[in-house]
Amino acid sequence: MTKSGITGGCCIDTLTRRDVLAAPIAGAALALPGHALAQGENERAKVGDLLVSLDGDRPFAPTDVAADAPPVFAWPMEPVTKLIRNGSRLNKVMLLRLDTATLAEPTAGHAADGVVAYTAICPHTGCDVTGWLTEPKLLECPCHSSQYNPREAGALVSGPAPRPLPALPLKIAGGKLVVAKPFTSRVGFTQG
Amino acid sequence: MIRTPWMCTGTAAAFLLAALCNAQAQQTVAPVSATPVPGPMPALLQNYAAVTAERLKKPEDGNWLMFRRSYDGFGYSPLEHITPANVARLQLVWSMTTGQIEGHQAPPIVNNGVMFVATPGNQVLAIDGKSGVPLWRYKRPIPEDMMQLHPTSRGVGLWGDRVYFAATEAVLVAIDAKTGKEAWTAKVEDYKKGYYMSLAPLVIDGKVLVGVSGGELGVRGFVAAFDAQTGKELWKTYTVPAPGEPGSETWPQGDQWKTGGGSVWVTGTYDTETNLTFWGTGNGGPWMGDQRPGDNLYTSSVIALDASTGQIRGHFQYHQNDSWDWDEVSPPILIDYTHEGKSIKGLVNVARDGYLWQLERTNDKINFIAGQPFVQHNTFRGVDPKTGRPDVDPARKPGTNKTAEFCPSLWGGKDWPPAAFSPQTRLLYIPANENLCTELTGEPPPKYTPGERYTGVARNVMKIVAGADHIGELQAWNIDTGQRVWTTHMPGMSQNWGPVLATGGGLLFSGGTNDRVFRAYDAKIGNAVWEFPMSSGVTGVPVSFLADGKQYIAVQSGWGVDSARMQGRLNLLFPGRFPDVPQGGAIWVFAVK
Repeated sequence: MTKSGITGGCCIDTLTRRDVLAAPIAGAALALPGHALAQGENERAKVGDLLVSLDGDRPFAPTDVAADAPPVFAWPMEPVTKLIRNGSRLNKVMLLRLDTATLAEPTAGHAADGVVAYTAICPHTGCDVTGWLTEPKLLECPCHSSQYNPREAGALVSGPAPRPLPALPLKIAGGKLVVAKPFTSRVGFTQG
Repeated sequence: MIRTPWMCTGTAAAFLLAALCNAQAQQTVAPVSATPVPGPMPALLQNYAAVTAERLKKPEDGNWLMFRRSYDGFGYSPLEHITPANVARLQLVWSMTTGQIEGHQAPPIVNNGVMFVATPGNQVLAIDGKSGVPLWRYKRPIPEDMMQLHPTSRGVGLWGDRVYFAATEAVLVAIDAKTGKEAWTAKVEDYKKGYYMSLAPLVIDGKVLVGVSGGELGVRGFVAAFDAQTGKELWKTYTVPAPGEPGSETWPQGDQWKTGGGSVWVTGTYDTETNLTFWGTGNGGPWMGDQRPGDNLYTSSVIALDASTGQIRGHFQYHQNDSWDWDEVSPPILIDYTHEGKSIKGLVNVARDGYLWQLERTNDKINFIAGQPFVQHNTFRGVDPKTGRPDVDPARKPGTNKTAEFCPSLWGGKDWPPAAFSPQTRLLYIPANENLCTELTGEPPPKYTPGERYTGVARNVMKIVAGADHIGELQAWNIDTGQRVWTTHMPGMSQNWGPVLATGGGLLFSGGTNDRVFRAYDAKIGNAVWEFPMSSGVTGVPVSFLADGKQYIAVQSGWGVDSARMQGRLNLLFPGRFPDVPQGGAIWVFAVK
């Protein structure tokens, strides 16, 4: 069983593009070329992004995520332009609030007031990981039953997935959940 | 990332593969690739025999030109060199890894010694069937944002000098049989809306027919035909009617029909006399029937389509308003049989709902003849003797916020692995799973989001009948008498996910078990007469072909998809007793030495 398997450096290219997006001042999103907007929608979560509900009506605060409950799903949102990154389903994120005493490293360092974030996309064949096993407190993909431990860096517990669930480190700013670092590894399944 | 390409660790024809392996090692996610082996085109390909309508209607004994070899769906090879008397000398001739994991379910399609093998990962391999020397490889990248609920392919179709492949992202691809290069592609539907394909195309007189999967993702199923030469769509027939169309009265007034399911998972069969093609359809969506009141035509049915126009000319619904995930994945087999002294031009289906259905095919109608369970069944209290409509025990039907336990399980008495019929023994051979049940609880109708899971199931638990001593079975039925002739239990409590091949030599070939063994059975009495340990479990369709006058048996190994999911569920019931079965695909070819 893989316990950690965290690899870094997945998002160098997207960080470069973020510099371009971060330059406009507040409210300048309308001035962006259409293709740039579309590109931003498609890009993975970036450092500083807020996390908003799927209907986009509000950014999440830690207390919006119920403790030891099934995951809630979110899109990253660029905080200045309010651009919601829902152009690709690969950008979808799940949030869980767990007992901080149960979090192993590096997950403890990735959590914000007990809230941890992972990609919603199973690295096996790309299904949405929507299952929550209450008692063992494990995430489960409904397609092929891969199970992941959200307290241990999304480690694969059982099932056919080839690697852990990529995590999205969080912090708190202005009382809201904010992306602290890029995904810990590449999001999505691997071509055979 | 640098991948280890397929076969790069093998020894056969290594010198021919060197350039291919080196080229692959430099790629990450490759674009569409057609990789011929370096050097002049082999004589085998230069002399490739074009596939014609006549050849498909009357295939030569030594060839396997379509999913079940013949339009009737028998899964029968007339070759008779390998028999119970000599099968003990059946030995491996060659094998080859495919470089893929997940479920390898496709039959090796063979045309005069040229073998075409579809694998998971959008790959088609062309191989010299006699020697195992690779001829070319076609590989198509899968969209990174695709949800692959069933990562598999069930094979290719042939016409002229082209190979037709249903790519998983709902794109039909025509490949040049001699070079492996794309001739054309045609978008069948939008994968971002949950549509995908897993079946082998059916080719009828210059038309390429495919169906779409996605019943768990809110699709509206259909069968469509494309011009084999150009890729132009010729017709498209939905399995769920729109308002005002025949059958729409079986749906509620609302938008349920737009996401009504009726997936098409497996290649249809075809009656050359009536020009009707028969397709099995999946369950309605979302799963709970009370969220779409009515019979929900044409879900969980067989539909008869005019092959020229796509017009629905007949149907039979195996069960109405499904709440059990009983996709009727298999098309009926065109078996003519005797029933109560009367000759019937028949359709026979071994259904996921656990019933063996005997029907009659006519020019414009499908008639019910008989139906009976072939595994333990507690959900249908019987069927109407005139119409065949099941009498459902409401206590066994799950619903919204309602839990019900039912047998057989949601994987059914038989799932997609095809049964076989031998005209020699006149027996129908069924790969069945006995003693399994499911407990389902529905939840309120989910919000539909294109491309996302749309089942409305809160709880899904597999159970086993108390005291059960086995699960997997291979059954033989006499269709003329309606009687079961023999039953062979799979060893070690294993489930059975093995498609069946019947041969003129009086043998059956099938895998399907979690011990990774491929077996031959005596077709008359069902005892195992030969076995071979594989590198992974065998859920591929076995075939037989002739090369230079010698009979070969070919099959893919490669455990995955639903067989693996069931293994996981069984391991929850019996912790530690059903460990993961090793994955990784391979092609195996055997002959008597």
